[in-house]
Amino acid sequence: MTEVAPGYYLALAGLMFSIGVIGALVRRNAIVIFMFIELMLNAVNLMFVTFSRIRGSVDGQILVFFVLVVAAAEAVVGLAIILVIVRRRSSANVDDVSLLRW
Amino acid sequence: MPEFTPPQVQLAGVAPEITLLVSALILLIVDTLIGERPNRWFLPVMATAGLVLAGAFAASTWGDNELQLSGAIALDGFASFVKISLAVFGLLTVWVGRDYLVRDALEDSEFYALVLLAVAGMMLMAAAADLIIMFLALETFSIALYVLVAFKSGSLTSQESAMKYFLLGAFSSAFFLLGIALTYGAVGSTALYGGRDPVSEPGIASFLSTSPTANTGLLVLATGFLIIGLGFKIAAVPFHAWTPDAYQGAPSPITGFMAAGTKFAAFAAILRLFDATLFSLRAEWRPLVIAIAVATMIIGSVLAVVQDDIKRLLAYSSIAHAGFILTAVIAANDRGVSGALFYLATYGLAVLGAFAVVSVVSGQDEARVRLAGYKGLFFDHPALAVALTLFLLSLAGVPVTAGFFGKLVVFGAAVQASYSWVVAIGVITSAIAAFFYLKIMVRMYLEESEGESSPLPIGRLAAGVIAITAVATIGFGVVPGPLLRAAEDATMFFQPAPETGQAPLGG
Repeated sequence: MTEVAPGYYLALAGLMFSIGVIGALVRRNAIVIFMFIELMLNAVNLMFVTFSRIRGSVDGQILVFFVLVVAAAEAVVGLAIILVIVRRRSSANVDDVSLLRW
Repeated sequence: MPEFTPPQVQLAGVAPEITLLVSALILLIVDTLIGERPNRWFLPVMATAGLVLAGAFAASTWGDNELQLSGAIALDGFASFVKISLAVFGLLTVWVGRDYLVRDALEDSEFYALVLLAVAGMMLMAAAADLIIMFLALETFSIALYVLVAFKSGSLTSQESAMKYFLLGAFSSAFFLLGIALTYGAVGSTALYGGRDPVSEPGIASFLSTSPTANTGLLVLATGFLIIGLGFKIAAVPFHAWTPDAYQGAPSPITGFMAAGTKFAAFAAILRLFDATLFSLRAEWRPLVIAIAVATMIIGSVLAVVQDDIKRLLAYSSIAHAGFILTAVIAANDRGVSGALFYLATYGLAVLGAFAVVSVVSGQDEARVRLAGYKGLFFDHPALAVALTLFLLSLAGVPVTAGFFGKLVVFGAAVQASYSWVVAIGVITSAIAAFFYLKIMVRMYLEESEGESSPLPIGRLAAGVIAITAVATIGFGVVPGPLLRAAEDATMFFQPAPETGQAPLGG
């Protein structure tokens, strides 16, 4: 068994986070944007676990549970808000949301 | 196997938060048990009781200086000051909100419960001595606020603004979380202070103080991401895009609450994090914060000039104020911290009062929020116009109002830290800001109202809030001493025991 060096996991987490940022900024569908934000959160989770492994302490793995719970709570509220808008507009496109502008 | 030591459970540090949590739950249960009633006066009464009790708990620990719950909660004057202010903000919000909800037939127990939960999250933010607690606190009040912004169930504007606020809020918390992960990677812990022994009880402060030669590169990177995450919450440029939309779409009492409470909570976290914990890294974070502060002051003030909706105007004004308060963060001295506390407390009162007036004037379903709607307000409703004038003067920083002393101490601290050029920009942008406050006043006093004046029903609670905030704004402007001294007493952050060396604050 050869072990993958932790550095690769960090690189993967960084890549996942960057994809999440770019996706959230580029895509226009509210639900897809939210999915990319979830990808960012999971990239951070991977980072926590990797640092936990590098440092040989379990703290980082415990922190992942906090993040999971918060992400779930956020999803409940966020999807409910998006759902209300989709019901009234039959579109989840953030560009259609145009009552407000500077 | 390391030996298991059960953590010491001391709840004094989180007593206010627990009180609010329990009151919110009781409120929801009681409302379900009692059921539909035409006048549910007991809801605001219960919310008031919870907030008063929480504020009393916070006041009872004034002067304490210790870490509780395994070093995750700081029990210090700083936290007490912020918690008492937040309890007051919560009370004013509940009272204005009650009249608003009754007028628009929106009253629900959820409103009060969510305000209580949001205040609990904000209080925890001020007391958090561990980054992950800070993150949980941030999410607690943010999630409550996402729902509160969408509370006008018939209004598409309210829901759209909630969606924008939610998407950008979630986006920003991911950055904050990334900062926490990198901090954990650099330090091996998310605790702000840590124990005496940096190996067995690691923390950011003990990491920085005991190993000055340590490789801080990763921590500096983490600091950058933490600034992004908190910058969203204080509405600093370039992370301000959500602010005008969320402020415009939210019910007016909630807009005031967001401006006063969110800003105070997020700034409390910033002050504790940057001016105390990461003080020795100031050479690294200062340039970034200066750039943000300057951009925030300029863009907030300039864009406010072109707004013609009073809620959007006050949103840009709140962005500009975030920039002014950031100058105190840059100063990173005792005067800066106490000045920021004083500024945030008085700004919160003025902005809550201003939004209470907006909430009354806007009328049913907030139909009247354009600046044109304020034409001739003085002739139709002199008391409202005079009160709004007072709040706007305080926001502009005119002498004899509390806002004047806020700006004075904050800018004075930055001058003391020899950042006079940042202060110069602050003074110039304050002058620009005075222009758009004046614009509203001209409408109210010098222009004729359009159409016939319709009677404005002013609830007793809203009138009371406007009176209280007006008296406080004048009171702290004439006699700022007591509040300033309280803010100075509160600047003691939790400090590691003297024998471990340096105090977190250099001043």
